[in-house]
Amino acid sequence: MQILDTENISLIFRDKLVLENISFSVTAGEFFVIIGPNGAGKTSLLKVLAGLQKTQHGSVTIKNRNITKYRRRNLSQIMAIVPQHIEVGFPFTVADTVIMGRTPHLGILGMEGKEDYLRAREAMEFTEVAHLAERKLYQLSGGELQRVIIARAICQQPEIILLDEPTTALDPAHQLKIMDLMEKFRREKGTTIIMVSHDLNLASMYGDRLLLLKEGRVVETGAPKSVLNKELLEESYGCRMMVDESPLGQAARVTPIPDKYLQNYE
Amino acid sequence: MSIGKTIAFTTLLLCAVLIFISVVAISAGSSGIHFWEIMKTLTGKSVTDSATATIIWQIRIPRVILAASVGGTLALGGLVFQALLRNPLAEPYILGISGGSAIGAILAMLIGLSFFPGVALFSFGGSLLVLAFVTTLAGTALGNTMLSRDSLLLGGVMMNAFCAAVIMFLISMTRSFQVQHILYWLMGDLSSLQGGQLAILILVIPCFAVIFIMARPMNLLLLGRETAAAMGINVKNTILLLLIITSLMVSIIVSLSGLVGFVGLVIPHIFRSIFGPDHRVLVPACILGGASYLIVCDLLARILPSSGEMPVGIITALIGAPLFIILLLRGRS
Repeated sequence: MQILDTENISLIFRDKLVLENISFSVTAGEFFVIIGPNGAGKTSLLKVLAGLQKTQHGSVTIKNRNITKYRRRNLSQIMAIVPQHIEVGFPFTVADTVIMGRTPHLGILGMEGKEDYLRAREAMEFTEVAHLAERKLYQLSGGELQRVIIARAICQQPEIILLDEPTTALDPAHQLKIMDLMEKFRREKGTTIIMVSHDLNLASMYGDRLLLLKEGRVVETGAPKSVLNKELLEESYGCRMMVDESPLGQAARVTPIPDKYLQNYE
Repeated sequence: MSIGKTIAFTTLLLCAVLIFISVVAISAGSSGIHFWEIMKTLTGKSVTDSATATIIWQIRIPRVILAASVGGTLALGGLVFQALLRNPLAEPYILGISGGSAIGAILAMLIGLSFFPGVALFSFGGSLLVLAFVTTLAGTALGNTMLSRDSLLLGGVMMNAFCAAVIMFLISMTRSFQVQHILYWLMGDLSSLQGGQLAILILVIPCFAVIFIMARPMNLLLLGRETAAAMGINVKNTILLLLIITSLMVSIIVSLSGLVGFVGLVIPHIFRSIFGPDHRVLVPACILGGASYLIVCDLLARILPSSGEMPVGIITALIGAPLFIILLLRGRS
């Protein structure tokens, strides 16, 4: 079953064609990773999927309904977003932050009830930040902060979670932790994960399907092994790449090749 | 403590403070009426002479109500604009309301209209004109992601600067005996109050209610517009509604009191440092705290000079500016 469907999306932003004729669909429960070089339009595409950016052409359909037909509140009941930039300037605690995810489920006065506190608690336990509940956001490390924001997204009880480069600033252990959390959440709740990532190897190991974007156009969509193709990657990223089978098995491994190693490779 | 309890607790506490300060302000003054006489009059237990009753009911109580409304509105206005513009230096006059209403008020004084309704109506009209201009600008700006909150802030600052020039021009054209009147108004002055004006203040109460309902969306706006939208807030409508409601209530207040400064800057900062950033607590706290603060300042403005009164705006700034600096120093350490 398709939960998200895009048809011929084109986006012009500040007189520049950012996205051109993009069509793809995402199946419910899928781990879908959008990859591509800097400036390819990945974040813009994610904003379009989230309904935060209107397009000039084409349509986004979520659960068989055009995204423009949704009210913001109803859309947020279906979809949560983990943004790239996180504002920590205000002294909200972890618990304050996580329970903000309940917003689309609250009444007009915006007062949380027992169930909301319970959901927030569950979400914090799931991402293992419950012990930090009373800490302020600016006191957290990068990995902790990212898990708090993911807890907020989980607390929103969405059917789709969009993540914008959630692992970029993290060390390998924390990268795996974030990816494992998303994988586990998807397995338990059947939630669809759509992630923008720069890490081709994480994309290869976790993604069900990848979408390779370059200069606003789709280069290839499909299983990791077909998208992580040496020629396609070299063409898209503009550097030499080595693609082989990971010794761990079942996954393609991508190694960008620095010039000084080029001789050894050839 | 759940959020409901925290709100109830802080509100009750600050209500008690407000009531205490109001009673003190009603009993203090230049006419030397004894405190217990006032309590008896207030509670209706004694039939004191009519002069005392008149002073209390016709002069002091309306004055305290005016001070409370002005203080509460300005503090809340500051809180809202600081949240909307995500700038701690934003204040209730930021969108040019002060400039617009000052021009209106000065024009009315130059024409020779009486304070009420003439000056008040002109100043309200002036601020509405500026407000309409700035929010139209903001409305177009919000639809267009090119223009950020900084542009709105800059637009307001520029509008105020332009109005300031017009004000200086008008003052330079003024005959001397009107200048003091105008200066008093510019400094913020609660002494020109006349009977019948208080009824207008009822209009700010629905504004308070709407802003309280918007308190949680304001929390989310602190995290950024896209994050707020991602959690189900209709950002454009929320911002426009808050801008308009807040500007309206501030305009009403300014038309009665002139430009009382610093309340909108200091009070939200104090309460944010005590209660944290949650607007559901801060909205009632700022209303009640701002009201208490201005009643105290107004009381000082009434009793400090040996004869007459001084504009309350002087006191709010004299206390407010050092207080603000202390807060900044404390926040840094």
